[in-house]
Parts: sequence; structure tokens; C-alpha cells
Amino acid sequence: MSSDHELLQLARGVVERAKPGEQIDAYVSRSRDTEIRIYEGDIEQLQSAQSAGVGIRVIKDGRTGFAYVGNLDRKSIEETLAEARDNVQFGTADEWAGVATPDGVPVVKQDLWSEELEAMATDEKVRLALELEKLTLAGDSRIRVEASEYADSFSEGAVATSTGIALYGRESGCFLSVGTLADDNGETQTGYGYSVGRNPSALDPAKAAKDGVERATRLLGASKPASRRTTVILDPMVTASFLSIIGSTLNGESVLKGRSLFANRLGEVVAPSFFTMVDDPTNPLAYTASEVDGEGLATRRNLLIDNGHLRTFVQSSYSGRRSGSASTGNATRGGFKGTPGCGCLAISVNPGSKSQDELIAGVSDGVLIMQVQGLHSGVNTVSGDFSTGASGLSIVNGQLGAPVREFTIASTLQRMLLDIVEIGNDLDWLPSRAAGLSLVIEGVSVSGS
Amino acid sequence: MIEQDVLAQALRAALRTGAEFAEVYAEDKRSSSAYLDDGKVEQVTSGRDIGAGIRVIAGDTTGYAHTADLSVAGLVAAAEAAAAAARKGGGGANIVALTRRIVRPVNTVSMYPETVAKAAKVALLVQANDAARSAGSSIVQVSAGYGDSRKRILVANSDGLLAEDDQVRTMFRINVVATGDTGMQTGYRSLGHTYGFELFDRYDVQDLAREAAHVALTKLKARPAPAGSLPVVIKAGSGGVLFHEACGHGLEADLVSKGASVYRNRVGDLVASPLVTLVDDGTMAGEWGAISIDDEGHAAQRNVLIQDGVLTDYMWDYLRGRKEGHAQSGNGRRENYQCLPMVRMTNTFVLNGTQDPADIIRNTPNGVYVAHLGGGSVDTATGDFVFGMTEAYLIENGEITEPIREGNLIGNGPQVLSDIDLMGNDFAMGSPGTCGKDGQGVPVGDGQPTLRVKSMTIGGTAG
Repeated sequence: MSSDHELLQLARGVVERAKPGEQIDAYVSRSRDTEIRIYEGDIEQLQSAQSAGVGIRVIKDGRTGFAYVGNLDRKSIEETLAEARDNVQFGTADEWAGVATPDGVPVVKQDLWSEELEAMATDEKVRLALELEKLTLAGDSRIRVEASEYADSFSEGAVATSTGIALYGRESGCFLSVGTLADDNGETQTGYGYSVGRNPSALDPAKAAKDGVERATRLLGASKPASRRTTVILDPMVTASFLSIIGSTLNGESVLKGRSLFANRLGEVVAPSFFTMVDDPTNPLAYTASEVDGEGLATRRNLLIDNGHLRTFVQSSYSGRRSGSASTGNATRGGFKGTPGCGCLAISVNPGSKSQDELIAGVSDGVLIMQVQGLHSGVNTVSGDFSTGASGLSIVNGQLGAPVREFTIASTLQRMLLDIVEIGNDLDWLPSRAAGLSLVIEGVSVSGS
Repeated sequence: MIEQDVLAQALRAALRTGAEFAEVYAEDKRSSSAYLDDGKVEQVTSGRDIGAGIRVIAGDTTGYAHTADLSVAGLVAAAEAAAAAARKGGGGANIVALTRRIVRPVNTVSMYPETVAKAAKVALLVQANDAARSAGSSIVQVSAGYGDSRKRILVANSDGLLAEDDQVRTMFRINVVATGDTGMQTGYRSLGHTYGFELFDRYDVQDLAREAAHVALTKLKARPAPAGSLPVVIKAGSGGVLFHEACGHGLEADLVSKGASVYRNRVGDLVASPLVTLVDDGTMAGEWGAISIDDEGHAAQRNVLIQDGVLTDYMWDYLRGRKEGHAQSGNGRRENYQCLPMVRMTNTFVLNGTQDPADIIRNTPNGVYVAHLGGGSVDTATGDFVFGMTEAYLIENGEITEPIREGNLIGNGPQVLSDIDLMGNDFAMGSPGTCGKDGQGVPVGDGQPTLRVKSMTIGGTAG
């Protein structure tokens, strides 16, 4: 992208004001979103949103101050810089504090912006969401649709630092989703389906409708399974959530601050020998692919777990400096309102050779976990305790059986990684920080009746 | 924030395509926060958000657009975008006469955040860190956060309503890590009210820090949580989230009217144990979900949702009330000016019963005592919900004994509500919460007395 983009000019304009002894980074972002919700054949909501803002970090004598403002107005930016400077005096001096410095790693260029999507008329977006509702309702007479939605977003960001970083990146994406209800004999079950892409042509309303119908109807008549220790197969969407949690424990900043389960375990065996996990935002297939991290460094491929051995903790420039290594291009940023953190950006696991059906065929007693509920409340990434509400289908003698719901599955994160016995070949780039695939895990506690 | 004639111009522009209703919601929010981790004040942050959202309703369609530009030009442009989204054809010249509605403020604030020195805010973090670390050598890590915000909001709509509120919130949280033979454990406590800095005249952050440290140290001795169903006793002021998930969301009229709630068509029915009277009350001064007006300009109110086990009413916003001919209930809320309002809870709580809490434990031969809950979530259509226990103990022979490790509890809303068989007389409000719905977070409060659910599924590993 051209180096004189207006957002980059704004960011540069801020960091050029650094006084002697000061380091500054400025993150400027702008986004446009459209969200259309269809209900019973009509537009229920049509929202168009545009937002922009600047976050400014000032570091002096190891002390950090930060301020943000939700617009790009020059006077506001001026006030924000003054506010960030004022905040500096209250921080504690930290010898490793600082903005990122250029590390020579080249940006892997990706095509993450769709002109086709940009040119798409609102009426066409409405038509897609209407079509999705219609297809879903046609899928099964027991189905109701709670909401059928089309959403897209165009986001641009520029990062500049007083140490010479100045990068601009942009991404777009679109999304179709349907929330379903299936009714039978006075019972209701819920499901969802979606399709996601960078281009409208990548959207597949038929697949979203089919998934939405199946997820809800398959659970009709579900009962509580018996409590026992058993084998579970995580559906790709559930695996993606599980891998995101594992990824969060491989964060260099948590390691330094004594909050990671895996601290001091580099090189050790943490998973079976057939398990390899990478973080690779340079892969354009990943939903969260990006060229630049939250501090303006090029993103890169990092091997996290290599044939079962723990290889890498991801680092921001702060945790890299403090741990005596370097940034792995893994600074995260929750928009212009936050300072950079550290974390995985686009996780995936090397797929195995079997389809989900073949994996099921190998399980004599178990549960296919299709949905989980309460990962935010039942998982502790410091202690490793893992407990989540679940629903799915029972597996009996290699065949899918009756639906089950209102139970929990529990283990610890350490145990679950080691207890993986097979990996599916069904790699799916889901709208998540992690890709999904089917994962077979032994020895998980099912708590039900 | 915005002159009355400018608001009227924006509303006129919004109605130009023939819509029946238009609304301007504007906010000016200043926030500050400070964060300590690993013994260092990592940063002090200041934020400013100003903007307005314009909503236009034509028939069953709602159009929405927002802008960070509060000038006449900015507002009119957003109004036209929203009107285009909800166009109805026709069009007309609507004249809007705004009448300022005077609402008595619910909360009283004596020390506004902007009048307090940043150094005083940072000092709290250092005090809490020191207090937590002095709890024992097994405490290996502490993080603490301070946050305040002052949000001024203004709502004007084509029905002539004009209302304003000035909302102040102050919060403090602390997270402690302890380490021992069994690995690492965490303890967490938070505090938040619709007060200014006087919050810290009423509460001591060092006490909060010592509590969090105590929890982390206690959990080092925790056994695996049981798997299977057991009676569960929930300590006063820690289990409001149970009601928030088990039925609160299911009583939001937007979900009910789409048939996505197990409580649809149930008004007048017994939906809970007769021991349960559930109230949602935005006027509970000082509590985290307390507001003078909701984000549609309607005065906050106290709504009884379940009386002695019988469902009395749902919660309503403008849109659902208008569609179904029901009065608004002060529950139309939104995260910020970039969002449409929805039906949301404020402070949701269960009223006192008559039992002595000590008797409730004594009368439970075998079960789980939950002293602190984390978050939760619910599928309103099935009623299945979970919530996390972050501090819990076994009850053996009518006594609280060993601590147990973290996990989720799972239940079905209507079933759990009818399974409440003992209700204490020790009502307390809980910790500040952020309730998420459709991607929007709003501050909410909850509370309940000590109570017992006769059977719930515990998501542990111990057979």
C-alpha cells in the first residue's frame, strides 16, 4: 500500500512530535461495517457504522502513558497526545518498556481487501440474507429462524513509531449467519449456521442453511448422558475454541509474569508425537490473517508445538526484550482504545488422515461434542482446570447415536493435550483465531445424570 | 451537548422518507484507568468517546447510523443514512417539538472522577498489591485495575421526548496467583458502583486484596470437583448470575416475542419455586446497573418479574412495547452510541426468604457450597445455562469442609428455579457485572440471599 496513505500520515504526524528521550507509537484505525438482520421475510434492522480513532502511547524513562480518542480530528489528537504525556508520570519505570523497533522481517504481502465486496450494493446484501432465511425454512418443517444476518466490515489501520516503523494495512470480510430453532413435541432446540469469506462470491447460503437446520434438529429429543470418564470427539468449531485457549497459555508475557502452565517447559513433550500446532497469520486462508501485528512488525509463521514438543512462546516486543529473545510479531491490539498485548494470531494444527466418520467408527463408547457453553466461566488458564457445558451426539460401537445435552465435560488443559489420540483431516478455516478440525480425546469426565 | 434546534433538525431529516419514529442518542464519555501487574504500574490510560446514533423506524424495519461529528451537518448526514436504511416511500414534513423531561437522578456522586488526582487512583493499586503480597510467600503474582467513567447521555425522539443523564461509574479489581505443590491457583475480587471516588471511603481495596489472596491460597488445597448431581448452596451476594442466566435473559421481551424463550406465553404461570420473587430495578441507587434514564430516555423503574414463583411480566424496550401495545419498562439499553438499544437487565435480584443461612448449610448433609461465581451463559430457547464456580467447597454432614477446584455448573432454567427449596434471610448484592448480548456489553448488578438448589449438575472430574 502507498506509504502516504492519510491514516499513515496522521500516525506519522503524531510520532514526529516525540521530544528527546521520548518514544511514541500511534495506532490509527478506521472501519466501516454494515449489518442487516432479516426476520420473517422483512428487514428487521439495517445498521451502517463508521468509526475511527487514534491510540497514542508515550514512553519516557521506562514509564508508559496512554490515551485514545474516538475520532480523527486534529485538535482531538493534539489533546490525546498531551493526555498520554501527562499519564506517563504515574507509571512505574520498567527497563524493558518501549515501542517496537524495526527488525528487518519483511511483510508477507497478502490480498485481504476485496474491491468486489466494496462495490456490492446494499440490495444485494439484503437479498443474500433473505435467501438464507428462505433456504433455512425450506430445509425442515420443524425449523423457525430467529434471525438471518448479513454483515461485512472494512477495516484499515496504520501504526507508526518514533523508532521508524510506519506501516498501513487493510482487511475486509463478509459473513452470513442464521440462528435456528427446531420445535417438536413441545421441545425446542437451537442451532446456527454461517458462511464467511473475503468476497461475496465465497459466501455459501445453502451450506449455512443446511448447518443451521442440522445443528438444531439433531438435538431434538436429547437427554442427559450418564456421568463417566470417556472418549470425546470435538467437532471442528469446538476444537477451534479449545485451540484458542491452548494458544493463550503459550503467551510470552504470561510466561514472564508466572501465569502460564507451560512456563519452563520449552522443549518438553506436552502433546502426542503426531501433534503439531502453528501460529501463522501470513496464511491468507486464516480468517484472522494479517500482514502487520499490533506494534507494526511484520507477522510471521511460528511453530508452537512441533511433533508434541513445546517449541515457542509467542512474543511482543516487550516480552521479547524482557525474556532475552525478540518479538515474534505477535503483538495484539484491541482496536485504538487499547495498548499492545501479546498473543497468538492465527492458530492451526496439522491435519491427520481420517474423516470425522472414520474417527467415529473407531470409538466404542463416547460423545461427539457439537457445541460447548461457558468456556469463559469454566476454564482457568492459570490452573489449567477445564470444565464446560456441552451438547452433542452419543457414540456407540462406532456409530452416532442419540442426542445428549445439559452435561459438562471436564479435564485439565495439560491432560487434554496429552490425551489426544487422533486428529481428523477436516481442517476448516473458521471465523476464529484458530482453525478447526475433529480431535479425539480420551479420558474426559462427562458429568450428567 | 447538542442544542435543541439542532436535534429537531436531525429528527426532521430522519423522518423525511416517511418513517414513523426517529431518535437521536448522543453521548460524551470520558474514562480513565490504571493497571498494575508484576509489581509495576504498567500504564495510566485516558479515553474520550463522543458521538451520536440515529435510529429510524418504518413499519417493521429499523435503520441505524452513527457519527462522531455532532455538528448539524454530521447529525443530518447520519439521519439521512438511517432514513435511507428504513425508507418507506411517501415522506412528509414532520415538525418535532421537544419537551425536556426532568428525571430525578437515581445516583448521587460526591467526588467526580475528573476532580481526583491521577496519583490518588494509582496509589490504590500499590496499596492493593502490597496487601495481597503480604498474605503469604505462596502469592507469586498480583494484578490490579482501577477504572472510572463519566458518561453524559442525551436522548431526543420524534414523540417529543428530550431527556439527559450523567452516569458515573468507578470500579476496582484484583487478581492474585498463588503457587504450591498442586500447581497454580487464582483468586479474584472486584468492586464497582455508580459512585465517584468516594467509593473508596466506603470500601478498602486492601480488604479486597486480602480476600482475593485468601481465595488463591485456599484453592491450593482444593480437591477435584465432583462430577454428577448434588444439592448446591449458593452464598448470599454471589449467585445473582444464576437468576440472570436461568431466567433473566429469557424474560427479555425481544427474545420472548420471537419465540426464543422458554418463558414465552407463561405470564401468570408458576415458573419457579414459590420462594422466588425476582425483581429488576434500575433505580437501586449506587448499584452497578443503576441509571436515571435508560438509553431510550425512559425513566428507570423497579419491575417485579416473578412474584412468589409466578411470572408477572417481561422486560420491555420502546420497540417491543410499541409492537405489542405494552408500556416500556426502562430496560432499553445499549453499550454506546454505535449500537442499537435492546431489552437489557439493570440490577436483577431475588428478595429475602426467611431461613437462617447457617441452617441451610446444616440441613444439607452432602453437597457443594458455592462462595463465589464467575460468569455464565444461557441458551434462552432451551433454558440450558451454565455458570462458573470460582470459589467452592464441599458440604459434608451439614458442614462446609474442603475447597474444590474450579468448574462450571449446568442446569435448565425452569427446572433449577423450581428446585430452589431453601431461601435465606441474608440478602446481599454481588460484584459488578458486564452482561453481553448480541456483542454489546452493559453494566449490570445482581443479588440474592443464601439459597439452596436441591440438585444441580457439577462439572467436575471426581467420580
